[in-house]
Amino acid sequence: MSNDPIHQFHITKLIPIEIGGYDLSFTNSSAFMVATVVAASAFLFLTTSSRGLIPSRLQSISEMSYEFVASMLRDAAGSHGMKFFPFVFSLFTFVLVANLLGLFPYFFTVTSQIIVTFALALLVIGTVIVYGFMKNGIGFLKLFVPSGVPGILVPLVVLIEIISFLSRPISLSVRLFANMLAGHITLKVFAGFVASLSAFGAIGVAGSILPLAMTVAITALEVLVAFLQAYVFAVLTCMYLNDALHPGH
Amino acid sequence: MFVTPAFAQEQAPATNETHSLEHAESEAKFPPFDPSFYPSQILWLAITFGLFYIFLKRVVLPRVGGILEVRRDRIAQDLDQAALMKSEADAAVAAYEQELAEAKAKANVIGQQARDGAKADADAERKKVEAGLEQKLAEAEGRIAAIKTAAMKEVGTIAEDTTAAIVQELVGGKADKAAVAAAVKAAQE
Repeated sequence: MSNDPIHQFHITKLIPIEIGGYDLSFTNSSAFMVATVVAASAFLFLTTSSRGLIPSRLQSISEMSYEFVASMLRDAAGSHGMKFFPFVFSLFTFVLVANLLGLFPYFFTVTSQIIVTFALALLVIGTVIVYGFMKNGIGFLKLFVPSGVPGILVPLVVLIEIISFLSRPISLSVRLFANMLAGHITLKVFAGFVASLSAFGAIGVAGSILPLAMTVAITALEVLVAFLQAYVFAVLTCMYLNDALHPGH
Repeated sequence: MFVTPAFAQEQAPATNETHSLEHAESEAKFPPFDPSFYPSQILWLAITFGLFYIFLKRVVLPRVGGILEVRRDRIAQDLDQAALMKSEADAAVAAYEQELAEAKAKANVIGQQARDGAKADADAERKKVEAGLEQKLAEAEGRIAAIKTAAMKEVGTIAEDTTAAIVQELVGGKADKAAVAAAVKAAQE
């Protein structure tokens, strides 16, 4: 069982809760959601508590992430987009911290659950749709009709645009989910080689050096992927929000 | 730690029969695609992410924004102050240079005056000395002239006396004084 690379994605109930026929138990996944939120909040809150004019190292991490997300959003969606700054910053931080926490051995990776990433993606697209119609009314539908397209092609282009819009939550969620899942499985498989090879005595131990080196290398790669996927998620969120703010292409 | 199948097995009978059956099936499924935990996942994601969003929006982001704002203001203020100090320094340098130029001009004037004064004094002194010298020269010349005339006058008398003595020696007897004088005079001319 310990060598099963899928084992790490199992959800177990910690506090069983059932309301109206739905299983709403507090699971290990829920626990790591709480851990993600608490860790991120505590870091951001404690590092900025001194409000230093000259920031300490940790305070500058908080400030840098603030300015990083702010410039990302401003570049993609303009200054009007800044009203979504808390939303984008929360998403970025949540995904990033969840990804990074998941890299610890025995820790559960919240973002390796398709339902979690899909819920976040739906939240993004839902925000885009609701805000888009609120701000632009029916004009939001101009999103699907790019200007400067010859009349005959319009139905085709509109169809393509609608399909592309509908596939956004899927691509957004699957990208993050698949990256996390594949990375953790690879990591587990290589780490599993180390354990099983070491069982074959001295030669096995010598032979396990290679998968051990791979495990270290993949861990480094996974740290990069954790950052990259959080960044990609946030950047795409910014671009989709830009569509809600400025639907005309 | 959290991931103990035995724990999950223990918990399963605590819920009702259908759930335990579902769980028995779900063991075979790939966990992320097992829908039995979807409601729980969504609920807890909504709770945790919602609280996170509210906490960031209410507390953390205004604070970080405030820190950055204060720093930006402070930097702008410091830059303004630096610019002000620089302009003050420039003004001080300009004032210093002006004073220096004035002082130089003043020094030149004083020097010129001193030079002129000294020159005038020297001229006056020289003139006085020259005048004194000229006067002395004139006096000396006067004296020389007087001596000369006196000498010339005495030359006649000496010549008469000498002539009278020569005549007396050669001729014997007294020479006529008037004749001697006339003869000397004639010889002198």
